[in-house]
Amino acid sequence: MVEIRFHGRGGQGAVTSAELTALAAIEEGKFAQAFPSFGPERRGAPVMAFVRVSEQQIRTREKIYEPNIVVVLDPSLLEIVNVEAGLREGGLVVLNTSKSAEELRRETGLKARLAIVDATKIALETMRLPITNTTMLGALLKASGIMPIDALRSPIQNRFGPIAEKNLAACLRAFDETNVEG
Amino acid sequence: MPKETGICSWKELELGTAIRQPGSAGELKTGDWRSMYPVTDFEACIKCGRCYIYCPDMVYVRNEQGYYEQNYYYCKGCGICAHECPVDAIKMVQEGD
Amino acid sequence: MAKRIGMEVSIAAAEAVALADVDVIAAYPITPQTHIVEHLSELVANGHLDAEFIPVESEHSAMSCCVGSAAAGARTFTSTSSQGYALMSEICYIAAGLRLPIVMLTANRALSAPISIWNDHADMMMSRDTGWIQTVAENGQEVIDLVFHAFRVAEDQRVLLPVIVNLDGFILSHMIEPMILLDKEEVDRYLPPYRPKLRLDPKEPITMGPVGMPEVYTESKVAHDEALKASRAVITEAWKEFGDLFGRYYHPVETYKTEDAETILITMGSISETAMTAVDAMRADGRSVGLARIRLWRPFPTEELIAAVKGARTLAVMDRALTLNGVCGPVCAELKSALYDRDLHPYLQNYIVGLGGRDVTVQNFMEMSDGVVEAAERGAPMGYEIINVRE
Ligand code: SF4
Ligand code: SF4
Repeated sequence: MVEIRFHGRGGQGAVTSAELTALAAIEEGKFAQAFPSFGPERRGAPVMAFVRVSEQQIRTREKIYEPNIVVVLDPSLLEIVNVEAGLREGGLVVLNTSKSAEELRRETGLKARLAIVDATKIALETMRLPITNTTMLGALLKASGIMPIDALRSPIQNRFGPIAEKNLAACLRAFDETNVEG
Repeated sequence: MPKETGICSWKELELGTAIRQPGSAGELKTGDWRSMYPVTDFEACIKCGRCYIYCPDMVYVRNEQGYYEQNYYYCKGCGICAHECPVDAIKMVQEGD
Repeated sequence: MAKRIGMEVSIAAAEAVALADVDVIAAYPITPQTHIVEHLSELVANGHLDAEFIPVESEHSAMSCCVGSAAAGARTFTSTSSQGYALMSEICYIAAGLRLPIVMLTANRALSAPISIWNDHADMMMSRDTGWIQTVAENGQEVIDLVFHAFRVAEDQRVLLPVIVNLDGFILSHMIEPMILLDKEEVDRYLPPYRPKLRLDPKEPITMGPVGMPEVYTESKVAHDEALKASRAVITEAWKEFGDLFGRYYHPVETYKTEDAETILITMGSISETAMTAVDAMRADGRSVGLARIRLWRPFPTEELIAAVKGARTLAVMDRALTLNGVCGPVCAELKSALYDRDLHPYLQNYIVGLGGRDVTVQNFMEMSDGVVEAAERGAPMGYEIINVRE
């Protein structure tokens, strides 16, 4: 079982990212859970959302305390949130950043293995909007290999209708451009 | 020693204690509660209908001449009609007199 | 054909209500029930569901509308949580006393004060003595299956009682997970059209809800009590038929590795899945632990629960509600009285868990399981303990 935690700000689509990941996994025939950090939602405030993906039926309703993977939608969160909190040994942090891994480590002291992509740039160029939730899914799938990128196609189409193609394009481009540390 | 039970078996009650017979409350006799009963002086009556409106037990029935007559099956002798009549046409009379 | 879907449990629950061809929905939104009624109102508004959606001004009005609608012979649904249940509770007694087969989903939430929108079973416990049938779901699949079961049982001519299906707020209601949703033809096979035994009809007038004088009130309550007890047989029969048709079998008490267990945990609701994971881990570690999960809360499945736990030496009973009686939680109280009736004396501890959204983890279950064994060895007095409390 893989446990994933998304960090974003209210309104950036962290919850949608979690949902789409779970829906894609379910479509692939896997088992999955997606849930927000339950409570009132406030635009701009740091928020989290969670996903479990498994080959077997998932029999737990615990919160996710020790994720295998953390996805950070907004680079500014690194200053106010410890995104590595609880991350498992050998875990992976997937980051939206325009910086290099070395720069990031120097500035933030991140220790985990990193996968980085300039999702804001991709989103702006592809969708003309700085909304990185679907873009970062491309990075997540590239970095984690939990399922093929095609699995996202139908959940994104169902969710976004007329703007699905742009979201998919951003997602595919992020998949190509994500750098994963060895 | 005495014991108190119900008026029928729980098995005989309708679903949800519903009552199937429409208007069954009409059988409830309140006419044996009174010690005084109202008598109307139709000479004085101006047919305003207040006795009919104020009576809590639907005792008054309008007759063909437009006067209001009592159905004593329901009259409990409360005296409201006599109190409300604007021309004092209703007198309360002792039962048995 | 039934299909496997990935969906938020609330949305799937609303889809199930729609598949049940409900006639009237009267509801007032309250967190965490909101998504259920929002989705139903959408289905009605966009023409996918031919039903009357009554957007009332309060939960008291919601249940009042439901009473009128069910009395007129319509298949009727509502949903609420917590304070909303508190406000409608006056009418909930009436719905049951009038024997109206309304179905309600309660997205379980704590009660104020302090204000909490998060999960526990306080609202379920507030509704426990209203004379409704109550079932409890552990996951999304069970929520939708129990909705079909609820209509089927409620409207059965041998039952005619309202039914609450309980699902944990947020933990279940807001979870996206895979479920298998029946199609219309399958639902129709399981759920016949509602044929009311009595209904308000101007052509054949009756009185519902007359005064119950002392000469008849006791008999009325006996009739209600007998109906609730008699519903057990129909509840299990309807689960059996559901299983025969669709392959998923449900029971008043579900057991997990209890056969030879020396210690048995007793749970209700979505914590049961986490508890199963804990049981697996403890079994792998050589500890003799099993789990009994209460699916039918009202009428209480005394026989089934006793059968499930009677071989155990120690019991850890979990209540996700604090009833503030200074004695024990509501599930524990039922179990203790059942044990007394049968002269059974296992060692038992009651744990109050997961109040107002506090998480209950695998680690917690292991500690409660080990804790009850240790307390029994020590000869500690039996009682209740609220877990995860910061002193
Ligand atoms: S005395 Fe009272 S009950 Fe009798 S007719 Fe007058 S108002 Fe009605
Ligand atoms: S209230 Fe008096 S005046 Fe009026 S209708 Fe009755 S008896 Fe006649």
